[in-house]
Amino acid sequence: MAADLNAFVTEETIEGDADADGPLADATVAVKDNISTEGIRTTCGSEMLADYVPPYSATVVDRLTGAGATIVGKTNMDEFGMGTTTETSAFGPTRNPVDTDRVPGGSSGGSAAAVAAGEADVALGSDTGGSVRCPAAFCGVVGIKPTYGLVSRYGLIAYANSLEQIGPIAGTVEEAAAALDVIAGDDPNDGTTRDLSEVDGADPDASYAAAADGDVAGLTVGVPAELFDGADERVVETVETAIDDLEARGAETTDISLPSVEHAVQAYYVIAMAEASSNLARFDGVRYGRRSDADGNWNESFAETREEGFGAEVKRRILLGTYALSAGYHDKYYEKAQDARAWVRRDFEDAFEDVDVIASPTMPVLPFELGESLDDPLRMYLADANTTPVNLANLPAISVPAGEADGLPVGLQLVGPKFGEETIVRAASAVEKR
Amino acid sequence: MSDTAASDDGEDATAVDAEEVRHVADLARVRLADDEVDEFAAQFGDILEYFEALDEVPEVEREEELVNVMRPDEVESGLSQEEALANAEETEDGFFVGPKVS
Repeated sequence: MAADLNAFVTEETIEGDADADGPLADATVAVKDNISTEGIRTTCGSEMLADYVPPYSATVVDRLTGAGATIVGKTNMDEFGMGTTTETSAFGPTRNPVDTDRVPGGSSGGSAAAVAAGEADVALGSDTGGSVRCPAAFCGVVGIKPTYGLVSRYGLIAYANSLEQIGPIAGTVEEAAAALDVIAGDDPNDGTTRDLSEVDGADPDASYAAAADGDVAGLTVGVPAELFDGADERVVETVETAIDDLEARGAETTDISLPSVEHAVQAYYVIAMAEASSNLARFDGVRYGRRSDADGNWNESFAETREEGFGAEVKRRILLGTYALSAGYHDKYYEKAQDARAWVRRDFEDAFEDVDVIASPTMPVLPFELGESLDDPLRMYLADANTTPVNLANLPAISVPAGEADGLPVGLQLVGPKFGEETIVRAASAVEKR
Repeated sequence: MSDTAASDDGEDATAVDAEEVRHVADLARVRLADDEVDEFAAQFGDILEYFEALDEVPEVEREEELVNVMRPDEVESGLSQEEALANAEETEDGFFVGPKVS
């Protein structure tokens, strides 16, 4: 089964601490292949890092094995996290276990497919613009994108630092929340992590798993028209039914407006590409990674190494990011994107004055057929309309199965205020228990 | 390239030609095959046209509360030289070997 789905790039085991107890003590965990594992190759789905073996493990990996979980392998992904379908991997596409002619979503498609197919109890993904939530939605499982700063990125090979977080994928809300309990927490090796005892309104003793109690009585759910407009009708119907069920369980719903999100996809791609163009400059074939045999000078050798090592989508994003930061274009693209980001953040802050969570479809579309969107990058980018605003605003969000349309999974996205993970877990668990 | 950025030459403001793609690829140190250049030129035109909508975004006050995070300047253990060199394609006498500079 696993071979057919191509969910794993590398199947090797890291044993967990045998003396640990707790919810993850006997769990198997699949780890996205951009999260460093000491002694086990970590490829980022790229030819560039096909033979790269990290000398240390990411903080999240140490925390999982310390909690008794056993790592069972490294999962396939869009190259460097750049994609929405897991088709841009240098190791071939992953297939959706629900329908193997369709994509599992991306970029953490291998992680979601591994969980959906029963190859692992839990998986880690990384979410820069929806890369945990999209594959969770497409594969019919649960995925959490934590608040920026809740989970350490130490050992995560960077794509766009200011946007990304590592997050768990699991079959149930409670299992995903239990994994979040283990990986969350400040880390001296990641200066962007927060100590929750120093964050206003955050609960340093939060138990996310305990919040999965299905109790939504009195919870206010905001429903923004902007995140439903233009979505596939079958998706909208399925999500609206799930929201109606939340209402039936005691939640209140209210229509809200988030006008800024109309510009979120543009802002996201400009910022992510700009950061990528800088981050991926490190891949020069000298200290690590593939190196071309060319015997030209430094610059020629660099350029050839990168031509051979990177796939088309990665080149596209590096080039567009370089363009957006270049003289004469910086103000037009990058500065405006930062304005849009601040606007999105403010819109959500205003909305959370009145509501506890914000509900929408996770993805505006049903899972693509394999190959359907590969030649049309812009079409693929537009599928990220509902997930990217959350990364721009640094907020937590969860995708939980809302039901099926034409036999394909549909995800409901619930967004919470900063460090409001317990609230979104609680609301999502009610969707699951209905 | 930069001389056209601020100009207002109407419908072709976001058109990208092969020369521009080559220039950016050069800045980014990524060599491209000729067919890649043509494909990217067409796609970049569409994508940049879509990014044009950022023009409609109002100026927004950015009031992010950011603080520097420092640690005491104390020596900590790091990678050994052997570990640091383990992934390099070519090393010599404990050093990385890079391509020639000129």
